[in-house]
Amino acid sequence: MQGEKMVLNMGPSHPATHGVLRIVLELDGEIITKADPDVGYLHRGDEKIAENMTYTQFIPYTDRLDYLAPLANNVAYALAVEKLLGIEKNLPPRCQYIRVMCCELARISSHLLGLGAFGLDLGAITVFLLTFTEREKIYNLCESLTGARFTTSYTRIGGVSRDAPPGWCDAVRKFLNEVVVNIAEMETLLTRNRIWVDRTRDVGVISKADAIDYGLSGPNLRASGVDYDLRKAQPYLCYPDLQFDVPLGSVGDCYDRYLVRMEEMRQSVRILHQCLDKIPGGFDNQAKEPVNVADGKIVLPAKDRVMSSMEELIHQFMLVTQGMNVPPGEIYFGHENPKGELGFYINSRGGGTPYRMKIRSPSFVNLSILSRLLPGHMMSDITAILGSLDFVMGECDR
Amino acid sequence: MSALDLANQLKAKFGDVLSEPAEFRGEITIQLADAERIAEVCEFARKELGFDYLVDISSLDNYGEDPRWTLIYHLRRLADSCELRLKTGVSEEKSELPTIIGVWRTANWHEREIYDMMGIRFRGHPNLRRILMWEGYPYFPLRKDFPLAGKPTVVPEVTFTKTAPLEGGPFVTVPGGKDAIEREPRVRTPEV
Repeated sequence: MQGEKMVLNMGPSHPATHGVLRIVLELDGEIITKADPDVGYLHRGDEKIAENMTYTQFIPYTDRLDYLAPLANNVAYALAVEKLLGIEKNLPPRCQYIRVMCCELARISSHLLGLGAFGLDLGAITVFLLTFTEREKIYNLCESLTGARFTTSYTRIGGVSRDAPPGWCDAVRKFLNEVVVNIAEMETLLTRNRIWVDRTRDVGVISKADAIDYGLSGPNLRASGVDYDLRKAQPYLCYPDLQFDVPLGSVGDCYDRYLVRMEEMRQSVRILHQCLDKIPGGFDNQAKEPVNVADGKIVLPAKDRVMSSMEELIHQFMLVTQGMNVPPGEIYFGHENPKGELGFYINSRGGGTPYRMKIRSPSFVNLSILSRLLPGHMMSDITAILGSLDFVMGECDR
Repeated sequence: MSALDLANQLKAKFGDVLSEPAEFRGEITIQLADAERIAEVCEFARKELGFDYLVDISSLDNYGEDPRWTLIYHLRRLADSCELRLKTGVSEEKSELPTIIGVWRTANWHEREIYDMMGIRFRGHPNLRRILMWEGYPYFPLRKDFPLAGKPTVVPEVTFTKTAPLEGGPFVTVPGGKDAIEREPRVRTPEV
């Protein structure tokens, strides 16, 4: 070590920090000697807000956690409340399949953005253009399914806001056939690209022990070789009926994290094809399979019934003003979100609002490893490492 | 081996400081009476029972009750996905308990967040600073006596907060109040 050390402030507004992450770096020349991540610039007090509204009213707030995969957040939150209510086993099969399709579309969408931005940070701009073309199609699918492209708010406690519209399943099938072509094209642009490999291989290596110790989850954990996927380890929805593999890395470097996400997208495509083959009620639900649990004290009744029947009118009124009657108790539900394990700890003292809701956000936990991971790397490796960790600050800061 | 067996093993080791394991919705919860021993219990759970993964630490403000704080630790064994919830209470006067960073390093940020939001201190934490709020923020916003609208603060020439208007927010009425003002938190004027 020769010269004196320099302190460099990176962020909170920096294109490579994917939002508002600030890192205070201590540099010795180009080598990082110390890194201190500073989060919280996007803190909106979601947990406080949740204590002051009904369970259903919080659904739109979940869109804004990981805003690159709002559908997956909606599903995670609904499943958590359903676990507290004890109705997660009663969900109609069609609802389960639609929710799984939502999760997997969200996973593809999130990984496409993550890899696109990762490529962009390291100078592979073509990849970014390719992935955004595909994401646009997913947004179109979201729009026809939920009515919104971005803030979907699609699930309801005990079901979904509406059934898949006519033609939606065909559109998904068409999309799946197109996206695999583009994933293959991305692969040809990156996987054996000399520059890409040089900049990612053996950079940001996270050992298996560190990954577990720091509580990493999702693709970041699996890239370090830990075989843990909540869809397999604690199956929920209809995942036990579906065949898919969990890709694992061997080294835990940026290149492995890239490869794991690449393969996860292919596995998601595989899951989606199976869902389309098996969806109860068929594509356009000719069989009129229900998508909500049949419980007027949890799910809003049909509007025409509200106008003509006393009981439904009362249910509607009670659900909207006070919310559903949730039993006292506490649960934790962890969901395999694209970024990792999104968990909700809900403590209820009965009634329509949670007493306390803690959101265990994967990005928050994944970022905590930065102060261990960055020192020893070159300044220019930061973009590769941040890109490969694939975090989103809306979820980290809540 | 099921989570219940593991909880019983933990109880056999520590005896009466741990409650009988309780089950709700398939999850096992065990209560630790003495928060000072949390690090010791966690150490044993990790080393001897194989709980290698700390999922999360949450905190709870039982406002108006004693002890005021509850800490909730979610432990997991990755090998078979067994989970255990460990809870412990801390009184308001004390508001302090030992850190468990020595057991799982992921506890670092979770404990900072709890300090930031609830004001519970972790003895032995190497870097117990605010994490989501900024340095110099004077309140602990997740406490139940902190109003939803927030409180005005100033850090001169750096930042400030005002109370939020909360107009037209989708905020629910709380059952039990005698009139609309009691029932709707959004119309409450926060005490400054």
